[in-house]
Amino acid sequence: MNTLSFLLEKEFKQFFRDPFMPKMVIVFPVIIMLVIPLVANLDFKDINICIVDNDHSGYSRLLSDKISHSSYFVLKHTPQNYKEAKQLMDEQEVDIIIEIPYGFEKELIRNEIPQIPIVANAVNASKGASGASYLTQIITETTGEFAQNNGIADSPAELLSVHNLYNPTENYRHFMIPALMVMLIIIVCGALPALNIVKEKETGTIEQINATPVSKIMFTFGKLIPFWIMGMFILTIAIFIAKIVYGLSPAGSVWIVYANAFLFTLTISSLGLIISNYSNTMQQAMFIMFFFIMIFILMSGLLTPIESMPEFAQMITRFVPPRYFIEVMRSVYLKGSGIADVYPSFVWLGCFTIVLTAIAILSYRKRS
Amino acid sequence: MNENIIDIKNLTKKFGAFTAVNNISFSVKKGEIFGFLGANGAGKSTAIKMLCGLSRPTSGNGTVAGFDILCEYEQIKSRIGYMSQKFSLYDDLTPMENITLFGGIYGLKRKDIANKASTLLENLGIADKSKQLVQSLPLGEKQKLAFSISILHNPQIVFLDEPTGGVDPSSRRKFWEMIYETASKGITVFVTTHYMEEAEYCDRISIMADGEIKTLGSPQELKNNYMATSIDEVFRKIATKAIRN
Repeated sequence: MNTLSFLLEKEFKQFFRDPFMPKMVIVFPVIIMLVIPLVANLDFKDINICIVDNDHSGYSRLLSDKISHSSYFVLKHTPQNYKEAKQLMDEQEVDIIIEIPYGFEKELIRNEIPQIPIVANAVNASKGASGASYLTQIITETTGEFAQNNGIADSPAELLSVHNLYNPTENYRHFMIPALMVMLIIIVCGALPALNIVKEKETGTIEQINATPVSKIMFTFGKLIPFWIMGMFILTIAIFIAKIVYGLSPAGSVWIVYANAFLFTLTISSLGLIISNYSNTMQQAMFIMFFFIMIFILMSGLLTPIESMPEFAQMITRFVPPRYFIEVMRSVYLKGSGIADVYPSFVWLGCFTIVLTAIAILSYRKRS
Repeated sequence: MNENIIDIKNLTKKFGAFTAVNNISFSVKKGEIFGFLGANGAGKSTAIKMLCGLSRPTSGNGTVAGFDILCEYEQIKSRIGYMSQKFSLYDDLTPMENITLFGGIYGLKRKDIANKASTLLENLGIADKSKQLVQSLPLGEKQKLAFSISILHNPQIVFLDEPTGGVDPSSRRKFWEMIYETASKGITVFVTTHYMEEAEYCDRISIMADGEIKTLGSPQELKNNYMATSIDEVFRKIATKAIRN
């Protein structure tokens, strides 16, 4: 234990003496948390739309009005017929065509169920899909309003309504922020340890350490603990920014977030150290770490839901530690899950922590 | 009690097809200054690393400070000091911080470290630079600091791998004064060098070439055996026959 205090003292002195690192640990999370949630956004705005109005009725005017006032859509054109509209879509002028059929209002009043064709350009699949779904909502709303004004019962608005349970505003940002915190920890607490021991190999200082009786466990924890503290620090900054700037605080208890981060930071730093132990140059270590970060970003459910991955990929994600961390972060942040709900993820993450820390200790070779 | 502090038998290290150290056997007596000579690439550093538990021997065995180099190398490490060929203290720490770190790793108490450090820095004449980073010290001072740190915990043996490489003559002389002082405290000194005049300061020397120990004895014995006037001449007689280099 005494040895550990000397090793930690050395790590901290080196860290704070570095002209770059201490600033980076503050600036990096601040910038990521301030900028990325604004730009990484799948809420599509300004979708170009054109309306082919064959009905020229009160209803069609109401609908056009609603659409053009929606923040999601820009009413670009009102072509005379569908053919003209299709032309516009081919020229990339519009993303969505909505055609109000002749006699729509009359059918509505007669309490029949008329249909409005929506044609969406699906080259950008998610833009098309979310555009169509926003539009469905607007139409349902408008129809409901129209029905109420005209005293028609059984309006479709009552038949169809969507409630988003846990992310009520369906704010993509709220979905991204907990995951961004995970990303920050992966990059800082994964990449820095990957470079750490290998740097000592390059400068030769590791040889002096290896010639001492320092134990593998002490040495490895001497390296892990500073990154672990750094991880907690970064998480705290991120939690504050999420609260102050985006008004997002965990719906569940914050201690679960920290307990989770505690395990995850140790896991990811251990992975970094393992890479460092097996690498001979910083280039090698960096390259391998990039590979892992790539997999972590794409296979942890950070950007795309795991449920929509193919079966085999879902199996692989079971071995991607950030997956569990992201799961817990999102459910605690958005759903307010308690420990009873998320304990399976905790157990998995705990297993990874133990295994990877053990490998980190064993892979440190004092004798070549 | 065995008076040999190092006893090595048939030690070999191969890196793939290359045999860096080929079947060497020798002993070092307690308290002596043992010179380990050889040209660059003769296998000196590899041999030292095997003795210090930094490199696993391919075959052979031996003891250092009474412990087996094959399986008890961690016990050996707490009883030896090691100074690498390449300066390997922390450049971004001050001399004082380096002393504290290594003292701590060897299990010294903070109070003892502080006491030892102040006399040590005083003796080295860098007390005024104790708050400066090591990287700003001249090489001669760095080497003396590295040596002092390697004997901070009073080891039984200290291994010095080319400690005076690239150091100016006056610093080298001072360095050798430190070696004598260390030996006078009863610490065995195992030193490699390729400065032949330094070999004359040793109690006994061995000369390595092509991974093998070609000759071993006191400087006087070697000069007599090879009918040479200096170790330099002995060395040249051996080295010209070497295949490597």
